[in-house]
Amino acid sequence: MNGIKIISTGRGIPSKKVTNNDLAKIVDTNDEWITSRTGIKSRYYCGDNESNVDLAYEAAKIAIEKNNIDKSKIGVCVVATFAAKTKVPSIACNIQSMLELDEIPCFDINAACTGFVYAVEVAKHLTSKEKPYMLVVCSEQISRKMDFDDRGTCVLFGDGAGAIIAENSDNLYHSMIKAKGNKEILNCDKYIKMDGSGVFRFAVGIVPKIIKELLENADLSVDDVDQIICHQANQRILAHISKKMKVPMDKLYMNLQNYGNTSSASIPIALDEMLEKNMIKRGDKVMMIGFGGGLTWGGILLEY
Amino acid sequence: MKNFEKVKEVLIDAIDCEAEDVKLDASLKDDLDVDSLDAVELNMALEEEFGVDIPDEALFAMKTVGDIVKYLDENVK
Repeated sequence: MNGIKIISTGRGIPSKKVTNNDLAKIVDTNDEWITSRTGIKSRYYCGDNESNVDLAYEAAKIAIEKNNIDKSKIGVCVVATFAAKTKVPSIACNIQSMLELDEIPCFDINAACTGFVYAVEVAKHLTSKEKPYMLVVCSEQISRKMDFDDRGTCVLFGDGAGAIIAENSDNLYHSMIKAKGNKEILNCDKYIKMDGSGVFRFAVGIVPKIIKELLENADLSVDDVDQIICHQANQRILAHISKKMKVPMDKLYMNLQNYGNTSSASIPIALDEMLEKNMIKRGDKVMMIGFGGGLTWGGILLEY
Repeated sequence: MKNFEKVKEVLIDAIDCEAEDVKLDASLKDDLDVDSLDAVELNMALEEEFGVDIPDEALFAMKTVGDIVKYLDENVK
């Protein structure tokens, strides 16, 4: 069974809402610049007593409780994160004990903003007949990696977590994940550093290629796809995709205006919101596309 | 200015500007509202249309539509 069937989702959003005007008080920027360049109006930051462990726990807990998931059937927990404050225990191990999961494989992975796609591709191989469910969480606390003197970068990102619980299935499923090492365009040590034009050029170049490859493998056209959930980096990227691939904007979900760029968490957060709004029903063909630092990129086309 | 018409078409498509605003002396930044992200999209579209690789620094240095046309006239076979 090559595919997955998503059986529940959840999200964890921190408490501190930070609007563009809030940022303008501490950064040399303004609402008009941020909105026109990115589409972002607000984002959320962890408070002093919150971390992305808490966000991951909340997202996973909601996913478990929402559909009365039998926790003993969860066979693996993979958490995608690129800047966890505490490296050991991993976020996955932390939430294993907080959620009282069985003694299953738990580990974090780092594929930056492509973390969700990478994590799913890994997790689906670690389930078993007795424990058929995978718990995939993406949890990012990017606010601690923001250089507030770098006004082009610090306005873009927000904290958040998203989770899915899925099982292996025979549903339509095509995927691809790739990487090409490049430290100039995007890197993060103490702070995230980005070559803005370089990242934009990478994103608008790679996303159509991902879409085309998945469609070719599935022998489908873009009109056959019901929803495309693109990593929520920048509204201008989504607008470019819409134009280039002739996809109407109502098929390209956008919530970055509220959350900013939450890196790997952006896809599962969007998925959770879309399901809440009944935008996706069983049988729909959904594409999920990630791209980001590494450079990494990837996509999944599945029947929900 | 032999490439003007083709450049005009690329501009209208890449940055959604109005045909009547595209004049040789139109300022990219002030008349056509081209920001840094538009410049990247425009660069990619020009590269696709004309088959010439324009370094980002060269494009960012161009101020008017005429500057783009002149560059292409000089660099495209």
